[in-house]
Amino acid sequence: MAETEKEEITKYIVISSEKVLPSDAAMKIYESEFPITVKETCFGLVVTGPKEDILSVVEEIRQLDKNHIFVKDRGYPAGDKRRCRASRGGGPRPGFHFLREEVEMLPAIGAALDELEAKESVKEERKEKGRLKVSDLEKIIEEELAR
Amino acid sequence: MSFLTKVFIYPVNSLILADLVERFGHKPLTMMNQVREKVTNISLDSPPVNITPEDPKIGLRYAAVEVPAGVRGRMALIGPLIEEAEAAIIVENPPANFGCVGCNRTNELMKYLVRDKGVPVLEVKYPESNDDAHDFVNKIAAFLGSLPKEKPEEDEKLTEEDPAEKEAEK
Repeated sequence: MAETEKEEITKYIVISSEKVLPSDAAMKIYESEFPITVKETCFGLVVTGPKEDILSVVEEIRQLDKNHIFVKDRGYPAGDKRRCRASRGGGPRPGFHFLREEVEMLPAIGAALDELEAKESVKEERKEKGRLKVSDLEKIIEEELAR
Repeated sequence: MSFLTKVFIYPVNSLILADLVERFGHKPLTMMNQVREKVTNISLDSPPVNITPEDPKIGLRYAAVEVPAGVRGRMALIGPLIEEAEAAIIVENPPANFGCVGCNRTNELMKYLVRDKGVPVLEVKYPESNDDAHDFVNKIAAFLGSLPKEKPEEDEKLTEEDPAEKEAEK
């Protein structure tokens, strides 16, 4: 018996980062040597391949700039003839309009995520501190007096 | 990756919502996964013959026969997601509803069914400015943080045991 085929999934990786370009992310995937199909687009990438590989690649790409790289599933595989513009005679792909609207909002969402992350790290720091030690208080007073 | 709660999102194909739900460790229930099953199944061909005889029956569970076929067709995909949902995020006034989510009657029915289900529901407005975006993300983060972190094990065991018991009874 032949091995059962691995489940293939497709994901959109939408990049709204000032540091990472879609081409950088694509290069990162090529370097990773996973057997997946990558399609570079104006807004990011479309990746198709075995589920486990895609999940690990997506996580790797997300870590490049985690608050400014967004991911969602896609039903059709990359380059599927039923959706690809090349075989449909041009025009926007069905589903692109809503994605385009959302992409416009991504910089604000990314900034909000940055702020949320900063707030959480401040909270964690505060929790760790607990009571102020006498020696720390002395240091603070000395620093203040030295000004 | 272990997801905690299954969260239904509206719009059902939203990039922002799907990403935020996954980012905060839960599983988004999206239209894309339903579509994947339809278009990657070898036994189904390309549109318009990408439905099985079972699909209209599923649609009839949610909408009567005199309701337009488009509503029932959409509900055949979206209805099972609502049944699976353990929480929901509904965004009001999304900027554009095209394609698979372009039917307002379906959207009304979908939102009604979600609210009627009795699961925790967060309703937020689609952000139009940077300040709105901050509120939007904060509300969603707080909501997702408030969802149960672990599923009760007893429920899972019961659901697993049920089919075996049924077979034994036969």
